Amino acid sequence: MTGVIEAPAPGRGGPLLRILPPALYAGRARMLMLRSSLAYKRAWLTIFSGFFEPLFFLVAMGEGLGSLVGDLPGPGGRPLSYAAFIAPGLLAASAMNGAVYDSTFNIFFKLRYARLYDAVLATPLGPVDIALGEIGWALVRGGLYSAGFLGVMTGLGLITSPWGLLALPAALLVAFAFGAVGMAATSFMRSWQDFDLVQLAVLPMFLFSATFFPLSVYPPGLQWVVQAFPLYHAVELMRGLTNGVVGWGLLGHLAYFVVMAAFGVVVASRRLTALLLR
Amino acid sequence: MSDALVQARGLRKCFGDIEAVSGIDVDVRPGEAFGFLGPNGAGKSSAMRMIGCVSPRTAGELQVLGLDPDVDGPRIRARLGVVPQQDNLDTELSVRDNLHVYGRYFGLSRAAVRAKATELLDFAQLTDRASDKVEPLSGGMKRRLTIARSLVNDPELMLLDEPTTGLDPQARHLLWDRLFRLKQQGVTLILTTHYMDEAEQLCDRLVVMDGGLIVAEGSPGDLIARYSSREVLELRFAPGEQHGQRAAVDELAERLEELPDRLLLYTTDGERALSAAHQRGVRPVSSLVRRATLEDVFLRLTGRSLVD
Repeated sequence: MTGVIEAPAPGRGGPLLRILPPALYAGRARMLMLRSSLAYKRAWLTIFSGFFEPLFFLVAMGEGLGSLVGDLPGPGGRPLSYAAFIAPGLLAASAMNGAVYDSTFNIFFKLRYARLYDAVLATPLGPVDIALGEIGWALVRGGLYSAGFLGVMTGLGLITSPWGLLALPAALLVAFAFGAVGMAATSFMRSWQDFDLVQLAVLPMFLFSATFFPLSVYPPGLQWVVQAFPLYHAVELMRGLTNGVVGWGLLGHLAYFVVMAAFGVVVASRRLTALLLR
Repeated sequence: MSDALVQARGLRKCFGDIEAVSGIDVDVRPGEAFGFLGPNGAGKSSAMRMIGCVSPRTAGELQVLGLDPDVDGPRIRARLGVVPQQDNLDTELSVRDNLHVYGRYFGLSRAAVRAKATELLDFAQLTDRASDKVEPLSGGMKRRLTIARSLVNDPELMLLDEPTTGLDPQARHLLWDRLFRLKQQGVTLILTTHYMDEAEQLCDRLVVMDGGLIVAEGSPGDLIARYSSREVLELRFAPGEQHGQRAAVDELAERLEELPDRLLLYTTDGERALSAAHQRGVRPVSSLVRRATLEDVFLRLTGRSLVD
């Protein structure tokens, strides 16, 4: 479980780490992930439960509602059964949900109440280690949800292309990006009430990011809005990969998440520095 | 370059408009136990956080283990053991895992950390609680675990911020015993406290801070000699009556302090002052001759009014 992100040693980091002072990074982010894996040793059920949510949606809407809806146009215009249409959307959403829940509620508690990071900062680790380690764990959690759901999709015959194999690494990137932005947002939160804002961001995205119906149902102006949502890009990415409709456009979606992840890591690290190293 | 483990010159720390540390000079020598004393808000914890490389200084010079915290924070912290004022143990982990994970933060190998955890559980007398969670432990146990955790990297310098605040006497004495053992092994200790008996027990040298400044510096004995007398005679009266007796005993003491229900006479010979007071017809409700302590020094230097 650990070592998913191998953090480079200080001094030879990529462009991301050059923006952040070297004194804030010891290259041991994976020790935070080790900590999380030990903390969850006895709480695997809480992670497991997150896997069922998209499955219930798939059954209720794909099979139930799908019998009324009929086929929808998939990527490249190919008709898809309704279940096959929404499954990649649910896959993207489960990567998002796993990462967002972990990087918001859990991190807020550790930051404000458990004072976990104060203890961590008394060791050689710095705020960048904390940010990368915690976002890394959010990635693991999002990745687990996605892997479980991909297994279900495979079992139901909803993955029609070997490109579908790449859906898992894509889901990891999506989870990392959502985890990074989730942690950055959490660092600005003052009380538990502020988490209503997380719901306010996540739920509409889940419903309207071309998850349950194609983008073409929106008027042109709204289409632009939807295309700005990160989840829309995750849904398009998953739908393209699981159906084997692969083009340069997918790289655009990937780039969206690379930028989002970098932005989240930098903001989260800086905020942790401002909050904890006063 | 001196051989001081910590060297500060004109060290300052501001939070916005508030100046917590207003320019202090500190030298901590290898192997000594050094104390920061002072009332709440005197700037002790801010000074400790700067030395611990978790709070950048506003101005002045600071070297810890010969390195600059602004540049080499992680390298310095790798050699420090920190016991914070409030326990921040990892409540999601077991007692043993707390030590294990902390050792891994310091880059120790799995095998090294396993052996170390066993050794430290023994040191903290927590071996039979190793697989329990942290939450149900008593205050003293948590404190011991926090100290054990700070030793996981075999630190050269330990920073202890009010290590025994909130503990019962048994737990305090056990902790002092542990800290003595560490000192014996050559570990340098820096601690803050407002328990004067703790400072007298543990510190070779200390500074008294007040309002962000160092107001006195020396060994406990030095400070008592300099700022107090050898003995103190306490004459207790019914509240309010003490003032009328003041003139009668004033010249018996080097210094006299008046509290609401008693007079404190600072003198080299308390018994003689007491019999002299009796001869002058002073009849206190009760009297007490005691040795002067750091507490007398502390109260003289930082005043008796409540600070925060």
